[in-house]
Amino acid sequence: MVSPLVFWIVAGITIIAALAVVNLTNLIHSALWLIVAFVGVAITYLILEAEFLAAVQIIVYAGAIAILIVFGVMLTRRGDIRESNLFNNYRLAGGLISLGLMATIVTMVVKTQWAIDVAAVPANSVGLLAQNLLGQFVIPFEIAAMLLLVALVGAIIIAKEVRD
Amino acid sequence: MVTLNHYLILAAILFCIGFYGAVAKKNAVAVLMGIELMLNSVNINLVAFNRFLNPGEMTGHIFALMVIVVAAAEVAVGLALILNIYRQRLTTDVNDLDWLKW
Amino acid sequence: MEQYLALGIFLVVALVFGVVVLVVAGLVRPKKPSPEKLSTYECGLETQGPTWVQFKISYFMYALVFLIFDVETIFLYPWAVQFQKFGIFAFVEMIIFIGILVVGLWYAWKEGALEWL
Repeated sequence: MVSPLVFWIVAGITIIAALAVVNLTNLIHSALWLIVAFVGVAITYLILEAEFLAAVQIIVYAGAIAILIVFGVMLTRRGDIRESNLFNNYRLAGGLISLGLMATIVTMVVKTQWAIDVAAVPANSVGLLAQNLLGQFVIPFEIAAMLLLVALVGAIIIAKEVRD
Repeated sequence: MVTLNHYLILAAILFCIGFYGAVAKKNAVAVLMGIELMLNSVNINLVAFNRFLNPGEMTGHIFALMVIVVAAAEVAVGLALILNIYRQRLTTDVNDLDWLKW
Repeated sequence: MEQYLALGIFLVVALVFGVVVLVVAGLVRPKKPSPEKLSTYECGLETQGPTWVQFKISYFMYALVFLIFDVETIFLYPWAVQFQKFGIFAFVEMIIFIGILVVGLWYAWKEGALEWL
């Protein structure tokens, strides 16, 4: 079992990074803090004994999605980069709504009685994952391939006009 | 002792920060970043439920994998749209994307 | 989880090492700045105009194809771990999965998303 201190440190870093993503005015800095938030979530997965998902989180989110977002920032840059990530007119309303949403979710979470199962995580969790993925969940698995194909083709069609 | 509630509250805080970013930001790329934070917090929820409520099976992990696939597809198409809009309008400000409004 | 303790210790040591080296170097080094030293490139051309220049769309195309096939690999790994225990059925499933994505690669190739121009 992991010491609660590790969890609190990781959770604190993740929340600070997420706040930095939202509150900084330089879009590049926001994108870099986003990588910190992704790595923090990956360590949270490690604490939850989901090692494979932690690796996937770092490979896909911190490795590919964050890079794609940085390229997106670089390709759409206009004006002063230090003023590139400002708030719109809904700042106050959005902040109030998200605070209310958070209060609601936290109240509901605290009031619910969960049926906790104290069994241990299976040793060969990746093998079990593969058995489920290629057995019971084979249709979602193939549809994921279709989704990726459609996303690739669609993104190329949409972005191709930019080059021409 | 870290219980399920701690993970759920962490995910709730991350979700609300992401929601705030998605609603209150001017730049469309920053809106996408907020949406990515929201998807991540949902994944924490799924993995925490799988760990604490039914650790013998991997259903929550497969759900999280599917969410990751959808997030990758979403960010690919979303950024391509933003690039195309930028080419036509030279802006990524969501306040300027009002062509359907008369 | 205990096996990650070593990883955490290495991480902390690496961070502390970097900070300590930079701080010590900043304390003991002599400070004699001159215009020649403070220039961006001591030998080489000065940059002209703003350095936050716009990038080519090809960067985005490369990152796009990379992202899609990065996501493909995360499905290949658990399949490969369990490959010995699965029969021919799982093999066919994975061939279909890869086949669908190869169509995407073919399309990206045909549309010139892999060319650097």
